[in-house]
Amino acid sequence: MSTGLNDNEIISKVLSGDYQAYAGLVNRYQNYVFTLTLRIVKNREDAEEVAQDVFIKAYKYLADFRGASKFTTWLYTIVNNTSISFLRKKKLDIHSLDNEKIFEMADNQDSGMRANMVEQKSKLAMVNEAIGLLNPDDAQIITLFYKAEQSLEETAQVLGIEVNAAKVRLHRARTRLKEKMETYYAEEVRNL
Amino acid sequence: MKENHVNSPLGAGGIEERLWNFIDGTVSAKEKSVIEHLLQSNAEWKEKYNELLQINELLQSSDLEAPSLRFSKNIMEEISKLHIAPATKSYINKKIIWGIGFFFIAMLVGFLIYGFAQMSLTGGEETILSKDIIKVDFSKFFSNTWVNAFMMINIVIGLVLLDNYLSNKRKEFRKQV
Repeated sequence: MSTGLNDNEIISKVLSGDYQAYAGLVNRYQNYVFTLTLRIVKNREDAEEVAQDVFIKAYKYLADFRGASKFTTWLYTIVNNTSISFLRKKKLDIHSLDNEKIFEMADNQDSGMRANMVEQKSKLAMVNEAIGLLNPDDAQIITLFYKAEQSLEETAQVLGIEVNAAKVRLHRARTRLKEKMETYYAEEVRNL
Repeated sequence: MKENHVNSPLGAGGIEERLWNFIDGTVSAKEKSVIEHLLQSNAEWKEKYNELLQINELLQSSDLEAPSLRFSKNIMEEISKLHIAPATKSYINKKIIWGIGFFFIAMLVGFLIYGFAQMSLTGGEETILSKDIIKVDFSKFFSNTWVNAFMMINIVIGLVLLDNYLSNKRKEFRKQV
């Protein structure tokens, strides 16, 4: 395992023929990729399948990574494209906030969580659950910006949009997250 | 959601939007000093700022999800059967692309030369081009089956490329919307 090497050094090793070195990249970013995928596809089993597919694709096309951007930016672009393709195959609308199916899914999640709720959730669990209630676009940009260590410019690059558009989208996502938290976790929010 | 607008020399903008930009550090120096002043003097701004700052800190400290324990092993097993595709630049030879381009330009130049060769270059009251361009005869070229087939292939390729271009533009437009 190549834990002491940076991303570009690991990539050089893999391209030289040492495919085992790729495990270093997988171990380093598996949680980020899985979290980002989970935010988009909303289901753990599907997220694991898609996340594995992402790493396999990244391996197959590793020679095309030119190093002009960070490896993570390139990798998360693959996450975005693969997750969206997966959702399209499952025929889920990934764009519309007004889409009934998204809210039905969110409500079902919510009713399940309310049924299992104990007295006081931890703040972090509350935030994670609130992010899970967002539509895939909102959850994705929040995860990219806050957890995947991507700047606004890198986030825009991953999503294939202009920086100003990413800024607006991030702001809207945070607004909707705040609304979710105030609606479903009013008590926890008051105690913040 | 209620968004309050505060009169500002820099123009309108919701409190929350401006505070988020302030927290992200993407404001101009002028806007930053305006907001800092508001945070000191305006209780509503200060309260909102503290609220958003807490959410920001929660988001930054939220946990990552972890996949199953077999995740990494599954991937390594799968890639052991694969080989890395060569970089596209290694099998798209730019010399060939330039060669094809040069061939088409040479063909166009050849047509132009053939056309001009059929014009008479004498002076007169009427312009050369208006009188002689009508006399230019390309029929010898276009009565040839091979040339016609070649032109048809070019048209088809051109339409495919146009379709790809328009399709990409449509995808970009949808993403922006």
